[in-house]
This record gives sequence, C-alpha cells and structure tokens, in this order.
Amino acid sequence: MRQQITNIFFLVVVICGLSVLPAAANTTHASGEHHSNIHVTVSQHHGTAATSEHAALGHVEEGAVEGHAEKGEHEENVRQLIAPTHDGSLPWWLLAIPFLPLSSFIFTLLFGKRLGVNSHWVPIIAVLISFSCALKAFLTVKSGHFINQDLYTWISSGNTRVAVGFLLDQLTAVMLIVVTTVSSLVHIYSIGYMKGEDGYYRFYSYLSLFTFSMLMLVLGNNFMQLFFGWEAVGLSSYLLIGFYYEKVSAATAGRKAFIVNRFGDFGFILGLFLIFVNFGSLHYYDVFSHAGQIVGHTWTIFGMTFDMPTAICILLMCGALGKSAQIPLHVWLPDAMEGPTPVSALIHAATMVTAGVFLIARCNPLYELSHFALNVVTFIGAITCIFAATIALVQTDIKRVVAYSTVSQLAYMFIGCGVGAYGAGVFHLFTHAFFKALLFLGCGSIILGMHHEQEVKYMGGLKKYMPITYWTFLLASLSISGVPGFAGFFSKDEILTMAFNSDIALGKFAWFIGTFVAFLTAFYSFRLFFLIFHGEFRGTAEQKAHLKESSPVVTIPLILLSIGAVGAGWFGIPALLGGHNYWGHFLMPVVGEPELHISTYAESVLLGTSVLAGGCGILLAFFMYITKPEIPGKLVEMFPRTYNLLLNKYYIDEIYIAGLVEPTLSFSRKALLKVVDGGIIEGIVNGIPRGIGAFSSKLRGLQDGQISHYLAWMGGSALFLFVWMFTR
Amino acid sequence: MSVPLLSALIFFPIIGGFSLLIVKREDVQAIKTMALIISLMEFVLSIPLFFMFDKTTYLMQFTEHHSWIPAFHINYSLGVDGISVLFILLSTLVTILAILVSWEAIQTKVLEFFLSILFLEGVMIGVFCATDIFLFYIFWEVMLIPMFLIIGIWGGPNRIYATIKFFLYTLVGSLLMLVGIISLYMKGGHTFDVIELAKHSYSIKFQMWLFWAFFAAFAVKVPMWPVHTWLPDAHTEAPAAGSVILAAILIKMGAYGFLRFSMPILPQATQAMMGPMIVLSLIGIIYGAIICLAQTDLKRLIAYSSVSHMGFITLGIYSMNTQSIEGGILQMINHGVVTGALFLCIGMVYERTHTRAIKDYGGLASTMPIFGSFFLLFTMAAIGLPATNGFIGEFLVLLGSFIHKPWTAFFAATGLILGAWYMLWLYQRIFFNPINKKVVGLPELTTREVLTLLPMVGLVFWIGLYPDAMLSFMHVSVEHLISQVQGSMETAQHVAAVIPH
Repeated sequence: MRQQITNIFFLVVVICGLSVLPAAANTTHASGEHHSNIHVTVSQHHGTAATSEHAALGHVEEGAVEGHAEKGEHEENVRQLIAPTHDGSLPWWLLAIPFLPLSSFIFTLLFGKRLGVNSHWVPIIAVLISFSCALKAFLTVKSGHFINQDLYTWISSGNTRVAVGFLLDQLTAVMLIVVTTVSSLVHIYSIGYMKGEDGYYRFYSYLSLFTFSMLMLVLGNNFMQLFFGWEAVGLSSYLLIGFYYEKVSAATAGRKAFIVNRFGDFGFILGLFLIFVNFGSLHYYDVFSHAGQIVGHTWTIFGMTFDMPTAICILLMCGALGKSAQIPLHVWLPDAMEGPTPVSALIHAATMVTAGVFLIARCNPLYELSHFALNVVTFIGAITCIFAATIALVQTDIKRVVAYSTVSQLAYMFIGCGVGAYGAGVFHLFTHAFFKALLFLGCGSIILGMHHEQEVKYMGGLKKYMPITYWTFLLASLSISGVPGFAGFFSKDEILTMAFNSDIALGKFAWFIGTFVAFLTAFYSFRLFFLIFHGEFRGTAEQKAHLKESSPVVTIPLILLSIGAVGAGWFGIPALLGGHNYWGHFLMPVVGEPELHISTYAESVLLGTSVLAGGCGILLAFFMYITKPEIPGKLVEMFPRTYNLLLNKYYIDEIYIAGLVEPTLSFSRKALLKVVDGGIIEGIVNGIPRGIGAFSSKLRGLQDGQISHYLAWMGGSALFLFVWMFTR
Repeated sequence: MSVPLLSALIFFPIIGGFSLLIVKREDVQAIKTMALIISLMEFVLSIPLFFMFDKTTYLMQFTEHHSWIPAFHINYSLGVDGISVLFILLSTLVTILAILVSWEAIQTKVLEFFLSILFLEGVMIGVFCATDIFLFYIFWEVMLIPMFLIIGIWGGPNRIYATIKFFLYTLVGSLLMLVGIISLYMKGGHTFDVIELAKHSYSIKFQMWLFWAFFAAFAVKVPMWPVHTWLPDAHTEAPAAGSVILAAILIKMGAYGFLRFSMPILPQATQAMMGPMIVLSLIGIIYGAIICLAQTDLKRLIAYSSVSHMGFITLGIYSMNTQSIEGGILQMINHGVVTGALFLCIGMVYERTHTRAIKDYGGLASTMPIFGSFFLLFTMAAIGLPATNGFIGEFLVLLGSFIHKPWTAFFAATGLILGAWYMLWLYQRIFFNPINKKVVGLPELTTREVLTLLPMVGLVFWIGLYPDAMLSFMHVSVEHLISQVQGSMETAQHVAAVIPH
C-alpha cells in the first residue's frame, strides 16, 4: 500500500511538473524563433471564409490544389498545404515527441530486467514528456504555425527520394493529443494492471515501442514514413497481443493480426507505387499539391482499365481496412483481445486501429477526386457498422463485446470519411478514443476484481463492490450511446448529419444504417453494463469474497478518461445547438468541410432521430435485462439459428480457414511439395543421371560408384561440345 | 593502384589456411584462434575497399593485370566496381562469423575444416574480383571443392546425397557455361576480358544461345525455380558455417553472374529474355513462399525461403531500371545478412538440441529470451519490416518492377503476405506456445554467440535506416549497366530502322 501511495505521489508530481513545461516552452515560442521555418500555402478558393484566420500569417503563398472535376460548384475544395522547408532545424520538442518513447523502449529492453518492478518509470516519464511536447505542438498549431521539414534522406535510388520528415499541422496535432493522452494514462494504469506479471519490463518496453511507432505514423510528412509507422505499430501490436506467448491462443492471435494486416498492406504498398508513378514523389506536399493532375487518367492492369484516382484511393483503402479492422479484414481485432487489457484500450481501441481513418483523412485531397472510392468507403463503413454491432449483441466475453463495438465505431468514422466529412470522422476518432479507452480500462478493472474472469455470465451486481468503475463505466456507456451532452453524441451526430447531407450516392443509406446502429449500440452497451453491474452476482463464492474496487493507480486514469468521455465532444458543438463547432473550423484547412445544405429543421429532425434511437436502445436493454431478465433466454430459444449465426460471428473465420488457409496449406503440402518438387523436378533431376548412369555402366561396365559415372559423362560431353564448337 | 589489394585479399586467406598445417593437429584451440585471427586480418585488409572506393566512376577499380596464358590471351586481371565491391566486404565479414559459429560445433578434423573455410573465402573473393572470364571460371569451379568437402565431411546424416546433388547440379550448369565462354572467345575477338567482350556486338541468335548457356550456370546457383531442389538438401545437411556461407555468399554469385556477364555482354538477348526471367522469378517468389508453409524442418524452411527471396533479386535485376537493380543488389546483401544470420541462429540452437524438426521446439522465448530477441529481429528483417534492411531491398525491387510492369509487382507483393505467414508461424512454433520439454533448461547464448550475431544486427539497422551507405556505391555502376543494355537496344532498333527490308 505504501508503495502504491508513493507511486501515485510521484506521478502527481511528475504530471504537475511536466504540465508547466509546454506553457514555458510556449512563451519562448511567442518570440517567434521558429517563425522563419514556416511556410503556409493556402489553396486557391472561391469566396469562403476558410483562410481568413490563416491569411494573417507571415508566409502565405498562393498554392494550387486543382479542383476536382466530379464535384459540383457548391462544394469548395479548400485545402491548405504546408510547403516543406529545407533550411533550419526541427525544434527539439517536436523530435522529442517520438524519440523519447523510442529511447525509453531501447533503455527498458536492455536494462528493464535489472530494474524489475521499477521498470515502468522510464517509459512513463518519457511518455509524459512526450505528452507535454504534444501539447506544445498543439498550441503551436493553434497559433497558426506549422512545420514540414525533412530530417534526412532515407532512401535514394534513381529518381526515388524518400525522406524521414515531420509534418505538423492541425490533423497531426489532434492525433498527437489523442495518442499521447491515452498512452500516458494507459502507461500509468498498467502499473496496477500488470503488477506482478512475468515480463513486466517487456510490457513497458513494447508500450514505448508502440507509442514511438504511432507517433512516427502521425508525424510523417510522406507516405513512406506513414508506412514505416504503419508496420511498426503492427509489430508492437503483434508483440503485445502475443504477450502471454505461452498461450497458444495468444500467440496465434498475434500472428493472425500481423498477417491479416499484411493483406491490407499488400494493397497499400501497391497504392504507394501507383502514387509514385503518377507524382514522382511520396511526399504529401508533392502529391496533394498536384492531386488534380491525375483526374481523367486511367490505369490498366490485367487488361482492366481503372480511373486513376479511384485506383489509388481503393488501394490505399485496402491498407486502412486492415489496420482499422473493417470488413473483410476485421477478423483479427476480436482475437487481439488475447492481449493484456491496457493494450486493448490503447492499441486496439484508441489509437492504432484509427490509423486507417487517419490515412483516409490525410489523403482527402485524393479521395475528393473519386466519388466511386468515397462510395466504397461509405459502403464498407455502413456494412461493417451493422455487422459488428449485431455480433456485439450476443457476445458474452466482456472484452469481445467492446471489441466488436470498436469495429462498429470505427465503421462510423469510415462513414464520416466516405461521405466527405473527414473532419467529422476525425472528430469521432477523438471522442471515441476517450470513451472506448475508458470502457476497456473499465473492463480491465472488472477483470482485476474478478480475478481474470472475462465471462459476463459470472458477473452481475458489481456496482456496490466497484463504485468508481461503475460510475466511469456508466459515463462511457452513455457517451457511446449518444446521449445528448456526452462526447459520443456530438461526434456521432455530426457523422450522421453529414451522411444525410452528403451528395455521395450512398449517403442516405449510410445515414439509415448508422441511425439504426445507434440504437443497437445503445442496446448492447447497456446490456453489457446491466449484466456486469446490476442484478445478482453470478460468480463463485470465492470470487465474491475477493471482489473489491481496484487500486487508485487504476481508478485515477478511469476518472481522467471519463472527463474526456464526457467533455471531448464539447469542442464540436454544432451551430444548431448554439455551438461554434470549433472542431470543424480547426480541421477545415486540412480536411475541408462539406457545406450543409439541409434546412435547420431537417437537421433537428436528424438529431432527434438519433437521440431517440439511442434512448430506445437503453430502454430496451433496461427492459430486457433488469425488468424482465427472462426475455433474452426466450429469444435465444425462439431464434436459435440467428443466435448461433451471431454468436459465431457469421462464421467469417471459418469461411476464411476453409476457403483460404486450408486450401493454401494443402496446396503447399500436396501439390507443391509432393508432386511438383518431390515428384516432377526431383524425378527429372534424379532420373537423368540415374538413366545416364545406367546407360554408361552398360556401355562400359567397368567403373564402380555413381559419382565417377557422372563425372565421366560430364567430362565426355563437355569434350564433345568442345570439339563440336571448334569444328563447326 | 600500386598495392595489389585484390590479389592480397584472394591469396591471404588461402595461404593463411594452408599455414594452419604448421600447427599441431591436436592443438584445436590454436587452430581455431589462428583461423579467427586470419579472418579478422582479412576483414581489416578489405576495409580500404569501402573507404577508398571511388563512387563517381563505373570503371573497374583496384585493377590488376597480368598476362597468364598468352597463347589463349588468358589474363590474370582483377578489378571491382560498384556492383561487386560490397560482396567482397560481405564475404570477409561472413567468414569471421562462420568461423565463430563453428567454434564448438566442429569437433572432428578441425584443421581441415578451417582450412576449407579460409580457402573458400579466398576463392569466393576471386569470383567477385575476376574481370577475365576464364579466370572467373576457374574460381567459380574451384569454389565447389571446399564447399563439397564442407558439406560432405562435416554435414548431417544424409550428406553424401546432398553433396552429390549439389555438385552435379552446379557442375552441369558450369560446363554449359564453359562451352559458352569458349564460343564467346571465338566470336568475341579472341579475348576473355569482360570489358572487351562487352564492347563487341554479337548476332541475336548467338546471344540467345549464349544466354541460355550462362543461364544454366547462374540460374542453378541462384537458385531459380525450377532448378532449386539442390538448395534445401545442401542447406539441411551442411554444417552451420556451410549454410551461412552458402546462403550469404555462394548463391549470390548466380545473380552476380547475370549482372556481370549476361547483361553487358548479351544485351539484346537480355532484353528479349526479360519476360521469361521475370516470370521464373515470380514463380520462384510465390512457389518458394508457399512451399515454406509445408516444411517441418527448420533449415529446409529457411532454404526454401531463400528461393523466394532470391526470386525478388532476379525480379529486380530483370526489371531493368535503376530502382529495381539497385534494390536487387541491395537485396543480395540483405539476404546474405538476414538469412546468414538466421542460419547462424539455427546453428546455435542446433548445437543445443541436435534437432531440426520444428515440432521439437516451442516456448523457447522463455528459456532463451535473448536468443528469441535476436531471432525475432532477423525474422522481421526477413519479412521486410521498415527500418530493417529487408524492407529497403524489397521496396526498391517492388517499386522498380511496378514501374516496369505493374502486374509483376502485384504478384511479387503476395510474397509480403506469404513471407509474414511462414516466418511468423515458424517463430510461433519455435519461440511461443507452451514450452516443449525438449527445450527445457537450454542455456542462453554465450558471449561468443552474441558477438557473432551483433554485426548482423548492426547491418540490419545500418542498411535499414541509412541504405545510402550501400546504395551510393551502386548508383553509377548500375546506371552504366542499364545504359549498356538499353543503349544497345536503341542501336539495334536504329540499325533495324535504317536498313530497308
């Protein structure tokens, strides 16, 4: 206990100390020392107020993002691009953001074993400094200063130049805040959660590695660095899912996550090549500033011709589908729950899985060129949304319910991006990071209390034993259900409004699905909530005897996250509700913002509908699990097929195994190894000398031993050819 | 160059190897130490190549030229350019590691073993230095002898079969090449000098004929599909050091042969045969990767993965643009580093368990965590994780092949998925999962073993983070090579256009 208190005390001191840092750094910044580094290019646009706040900046250049051909006049394609600078150096605080976690990874990996139970200090301090530097970065961006600078040339071959470089703009700043905040809290939380685990230091070093990779991913100023981060987060995810590697299921889940992601990367890397072939560069600036020039181009492969922007966007989307666990590459995420729960919160809810959304938002100048690609994104989003939500209805492992809800929520973000409202998608990414991390960490607290029991069947009535967990979990559930005032409400509503408002063909469809899923979301969230916290305890007496609230190291992050889960949405209160939508305005220079062309009345109706849907879901859950708890069982009896279909996740895993994995393996064993390699090739290879050996031994019948036979033949034939050459 | 550096590099280890004979045969420790010192000195001797190499010219450097058999215009001429120089450095490094990994593993005929290794080193360097095609052929063939002995004497239970297969495969190919070389001598103005031969132009028919003669030798060595079946047997039976040298250096010589001889001397045939070569490479990539999934033997799996990786290399070479060829050459080094390191690792664990069956492992990460970390790193490099060297090579090859023909990159990129599949599955079965009772209590890596692996770790990250260190050697030579191949094509087209039918 004393150790606990000292820990917390230190943490508080560190946090307070560090939070002073960005403020101090900001004052030095005000002197304008970084000013010379910054060039802002504002796109040509027609008559919106978009640039008014940026026009006042020092180095405003008129750049051109060519308008897209497909969209109508009424939608402006306003994008600000930050031109790279080559002079000057990168500010230390920007470099510190990713490289401190990297140093802490190396340090902890090398010396962690000796540090034992104290190995969390270096990673925690590193990530906290990272966090304060990220705040500094955010304030820098907020004051209208941006950075786009290469660190060094990474690869250079022919006309290919790829750099390691950093871009700091609004989108990056938001992602930095999300990543470092959740990462910091998870680092702290893990002191309690991972206490006494074997490989404690290993866990912390992997967490640092992940934080570094994710920060590199969002900070990159080019596709290649994005890809670096993309793969590196995949590696950390692989290591952390398989943290309990002696469990076959955990090791398999880690591998599965990596390989399924590789399917996405397959498309992603081809997309990068196609970008390179078109633009001769992989820098965001070079690509996005010339995005317009590929309009009307086509790309032919395997005799099929595709629209160039569409081809690029679809290929990039493949990568996003893998990382963000969307259909058909969603299968890895539920299995990833084999990892320790803090990892599920950080990687598989708040940050890594949102990388796909980040990718699409970042590439919005390309997606704007292809309505078809946007429709595909919307479609996949809508389908995944309802698909995952229905599965979540019947799962009984608490982490799996939350995992499917993550897939479903990520699908909302896809819908947001797909209908061209990238800002709304990123907004949901932001709010989701808080309430979903909170849900997962809440699950972790419950799992701790239940002694590593994850089945909801054995829970119930935990409210009185775990009050803090109870209240924070409630706040998160209200947030995800879209109850007005909570974070999830604003972002989900923004997406649904934008979907309805959009002129993307599938916009209305996505709105309809999204609204229905809002109902499902509220239902399954509160189903889980009631099953865990209300009713009678269903576990063993021994479990009951040990039930208690988790330690402060665990509950303090819960409380901090619940602030976010409630308030993160207040940045984006729409005008309809008397807000200013700071969020939309902040991100608009990077991702644009579709113009609303539905009436205020229609907007209110949409809002009301989604609130109603959420409310109905909560009420239904209350009715089915509190008022009449016998109903669920009856429903299962009435619809056993549907129930089994959902319980078995639509049998997608089984289909993949039967349709892809097993055929490949048996093709490998039976066809390639036995027939082609062992039979045909080896047959010929061994057959020829054997035949010749037999022939020559018949001919000569003098020598023994096969080698000499062969050699004799070799020499003879060489001689023959020799003679033939010279006499020809 | 007044100091005959290349000759020194070739003959120092050979003479050093024979000087082991003065040590008493029983004094195993002295033999090993001496062999190690010789290889270290050889490495130091090769360092000037790295720093004194002039990266601004495609001409041969450090050249030496002596008449050898004047009657047939055979010369002893050596030189290196941006394509070959790095392989010499790789050879000198890998030999050190091969000696270190054999420290405890080799218990019989120790003297002969280290003599063979050092002799092999000298001859391998000769292969990369020779600019006289006859001299090249001599080195090429002589190289077989020590390798033959290493597998045949210190190999596994089935070593005789593997040795004969290895020997025959390569010999058949080599003899066809010999015929090709002689006919080249006849047609190419009675010279064996590579540079001179490349200046000549040959009829397309003759080029095609010669192309396949060279192909027989080089494709077997690479090995390309379908002449790859000697490799799994040779790797499986070879001792660790043999596998390492085989994977890191020997099989690179096939790809090197394409670059050094086939392409500059036979440009039109090369152009004409790009399609078939690319298709064979793609088959190799996919075939090698899929067949890895069926392997139950640790070494066989890595051997088949070599077939897949070498497919990337030949794909890069025959996609014929700067990115792809530079990627291909870099990938040759990378594959040497990574697969070499994997075989070092396997050698180390085999020394402890004496089994290569994958099913005999499991949970090794608990008993040998440091070893597990090393192996994981090399696994990640093998599957091309960014920031490791494997990524840079694969990326450039894929990019180059995409520029050449997008569909080739499409097929080749499936190797990324399959590679992750078989390597991570292998890793899981060896290091994860419940602890197999056969690996309980295995000792962790010794300092010697860690030191053996560290240089490879350094290379993985050095090339992965700063590939320019290697790529900058290649730029000029590769541009020159491409202009040799494509220039002749333009000339040929030009001639064809001028001459009325």
